[in-house]
Amino acid sequence: MDLAILWFVLIAVLWTGYLVLEGFDFGVGMLLSILPRGAARAGVEGRDKERRVLINTIGPVWDGNEVWLLTAGGATFAAFPEWYATLFSGFYVPLLLILLALIVRGVAFEYRGKISDEVWRRRCDVAIQVGSWTPAFLWGVAFANLVRGVQLDAAHQYVGGFWALLNPFALLGGLVTTVLFLLHGAVFLALRTDGDLRERAGRLASALSVVAVVVAGGWAMWAQAAYSVPWTWVAVAAAAGALVGVVVMTRRRKEGTAFALSAVALVAAVVLIFGSMYPDVMPGLDGGESLTVTEAASTPYTLGVMTVVAVILTPLVLAYQAWTYWVFRRRLSAEDIPAPAGLTWKRIKDAAF
Amino acid sequence: MDALDLARWQFAITTVYHFIFVPLTIGLAPLVAIMQTAWVRTGDERWLRLTKFFGKLFLINFAMGVVTGIVQEFQFGMNWSEYSRFVGDVFGAPLAMEALAAFFVESTFLGLWIFGWDRLNKKVHLACIWAVAVAVNLSAFFILAANSWMQHPVGTRFNPETGRAEMESIWAILANNTLWAAFPHAVAAAFLTAGTFVAGIAAWWMVRLVRTGDETRVALAREVYRPAVMLGTVTMLVAGIGVGVSGDLQGKLMFEQQPGKMASAEALCEGTESAAFSILTVGDLSNSCEGVRHILEVPGLASYLGTGSFSGEDSYLPGVYDVQAAYEERYAETDDAGEPISYTPNLALTYWSFRLMIGLAAGSAALALLALWFTRGGRVTGNRWFARVGVWAIPTPFLASSFGWIFTETGRQPWVVAPNPTGIDQIRLLTERGVSTVVSPGMVLFSMVVFTVLYGVLAVVWGRLMHRYAVEGVPDVVHDESPEARADDDADRPLSFAY
Ligand code: HDD
Ligand code: HEM
Ligand code: HEM
Repeated sequence: MDLAILWFVLIAVLWTGYLVLEGFDFGVGMLLSILPRGAARAGVEGRDKERRVLINTIGPVWDGNEVWLLTAGGATFAAFPEWYATLFSGFYVPLLLILLALIVRGVAFEYRGKISDEVWRRRCDVAIQVGSWTPAFLWGVAFANLVRGVQLDAAHQYVGGFWALLNPFALLGGLVTTVLFLLHGAVFLALRTDGDLRERAGRLASALSVVAVVVAGGWAMWAQAAYSVPWTWVAVAAAAGALVGVVVMTRRRKEGTAFALSAVALVAAVVLIFGSMYPDVMPGLDGGESLTVTEAASTPYTLGVMTVVAVILTPLVLAYQAWTYWVFRRRLSAEDIPAPAGLTWKRIKDAAF
Repeated sequence: MDALDLARWQFAITTVYHFIFVPLTIGLAPLVAIMQTAWVRTGDERWLRLTKFFGKLFLINFAMGVVTGIVQEFQFGMNWSEYSRFVGDVFGAPLAMEALAAFFVESTFLGLWIFGWDRLNKKVHLACIWAVAVAVNLSAFFILAANSWMQHPVGTRFNPETGRAEMESIWAILANNTLWAAFPHAVAAAFLTAGTFVAGIAAWWMVRLVRTGDETRVALAREVYRPAVMLGTVTMLVAGIGVGVSGDLQGKLMFEQQPGKMASAEALCEGTESAAFSILTVGDLSNSCEGVRHILEVPGLASYLGTGSFSGEDSYLPGVYDVQAAYEERYAETDDAGEPISYTPNLALTYWSFRLMIGLAAGSAALALLALWFTRGGRVTGNRWFARVGVWAIPTPFLASSFGWIFTETGRQPWVVAPNPTGIDQIRLLTERGVSTVVSPGMVLFSMVVFTVLYGVLAVVWGRLMHRYAVEGVPDVVHDESPEARADDDADRPLSFAY
């Protein structure tokens, strides 16, 4: 097989890893204020405990999930420098917002429990939620624009400007990823929590999968009708089937299967997106200048080196990441959460320079 | 300012900021792993207390390293897209390898280490922190491979059709002699940073406890903080030697590979034999070396640093005029816009950053010497000066590293990819040609302001947390939470650690 095509597929695989894994931790972050309720007797404190349950379900893994993005970025740089250059300089503003979101989100996860203070926790909660909603929406906008096509000049520079990225098709695409990640996160929580939280997450997941069928289905039809190729109908059908399966499986409390199915829906979305783009990495808008896989690709030597590296390392990564999920498989509930261990704000301030 | 200047400022700010956290992570991960190993092997509780104490500081720092690193990965495409197009075939590979071989390991195993105290068998848990320690150093290797290639491009050919660099041999890139000098240098600097950090904090605590005169507190100083001072001191001594030896090697390579950097580091106008290393120099800010006056000099030392000879013909160092003339002849006199090209980096900046890098090592040296003296033969001390030097020494290696990078990167100007004097001449790129053409100055300005403000806020939070958690000291009670040490086999007990 042509190495450039192989790498086009591998980049799709890396994005799949990213969207499937970070998809649920975005979902959990977005649900931080939606799902937790204060048990009547425990009040505010009970609510904070439930929030901490949510954060701790992803605590050990969120950073490992984010590295899938870094790898997708690095691999795009290595395998398709032209694509990396055009995409990231062209989509400057959305990417900037995503980076800012990921910064505040990561810091909030790690520092939230370090200071035992109500105001600090609220601020971190805001950072986690803004940091999760923003990229969840913007990744959809970015990918939908790649499906739709963008305005390039003859030198493969993106010249459409920022506002052109906010077209209706792309905005709907942003809604699709947001809903899919919310769903994926809710299913994940149903799988990883216990007791009342598990019930609520399950109910929310069933409701969200209905919404997802409508929103994602609508967008996929639009994509198929206007921008895609016939064979990606298969992906659309698979996604629809998987989403219906999520409803059935959460109702039966088969959360493991439900999670696998919502992951399938995300895989299908990536297949649809990359399938529509091919043979371009950045299709031209309305048949204008485009950047093809072949034009963007590195030399066969570099692609060969990268192939060897990827073939050796990717299975290892998958193995130890899977092991991590196994180690932390136990369901969590509010009873598992120890008292906050952080220092009080007053104490921290007293030591300030 | 145009987009180029803004992009340069932005890169400098975000990268130097990233590298505040990086050296501590690289050096402290192995030190924490050593502490935990001591506990697992001897069962001696004080090592567990130290592991938990420094482990917490390590995590506070690591978080910042991660979030500032994400920006780095995408900046090349955002602000330096033309650079990315030119070098991508070569430069992307080490970046991707870093993510696959190092970032995955460090992030995954750190998660296991943080949350795994009561989940994993003791040895497996220990292996997790070692995996992190190895991976952070591996990540330094790959990213420095990328950077060393920009300093000294090897293993590459020029494709005249596309006008791009193409990789010929990944082995040549990973075997780059610049890399094999820069990697030990940067890693030794990181160990120096972490050694100073551990010894400095432990020294402050020791003095504080001993001064109370209270018997149990003095015992705590002797039993817990003294070993930490020793560990930090040994690390500083070994790393200090490593920094010097590798730095000397870098000087020699720099002389061959980037004579302009050498000349401007010494603010040397005309080439000369037996060039002196000046310690104090004054000049005007016009960036011409006419106004430069050297005041305090060590004869022959600059020549030795570059060439290995103090005097004689072999000790000839070219000056910035010679380099300018040679480069004009070999490359070009004018750029695309017809402007004359100056091949002289910012003289004041390179001159002073070079000296500050070296000079700031004095902070760690002072602490190491005092520590050897005050802790000799099992002693502890309540000497106030020891505590003061301990605290003041902590920032010095951080600053030295920052100046080291500022020197390395600004001394390479006007090139972003410096030409390899013994290689293919077309593999070179002026910084002004690397910047993104479709990104407006307003956009770059906006992102620069946002990053700077956000980074400023985060620096305050980070600083306060580091400070306060350091002032908290080692925990009084520690539990061995490992599954094998627990009597209860109760799966429903609360987590021993949670966010
Ligand atoms: C000499 C070492 C060194 C240097 C020069 C750099 N970094 Fe770095 N970087 C590290 C050493 C490191 C590290 C020690 O591996 C970090 C610091 C803290 C951490 O979490 O890992 C890290 C974190 C880190 C991360 C986050 C990884 C994660 O999520 O776990 C990224 C994406 C980058 N870096 C990327 C870069 C890029 C693109 C650089 C070039 C401009 C760069 N770093 C310079
Ligand atoms: C973390 C350590 C580093 C620091 C502190 C650092 C610092 C700097 C500084 C201060 C500049 C601006 C120089 C100027 O404009 O005069 C610069 C430029 C640059 N550096 Fe580094 N650098 C580091 C590592 C790296 C690495 C590892 C790479 C590549 C992998 C790299 C790539 C670049 C590029 C592409 C520029 C171009 C922008 C320019 O020249 O202004 N740097 N760096
Ligand atoms: C014995 C004194 C030292 C000497 C002779 C020395 C020499 C050098 C030289 C020649 C370079 C430039 C390499 C190049 O641009 O090609 C450099 C870079 C650097 N130095 Fe030093 N150095 C010394 C001390 C230190 C100390 C104490 C630190 C920090 C604790 C430090 C950290 C760095 C860093 C981070 C860089 C940039 C990265 C690199 O190129 O490795 N150096 N040093």
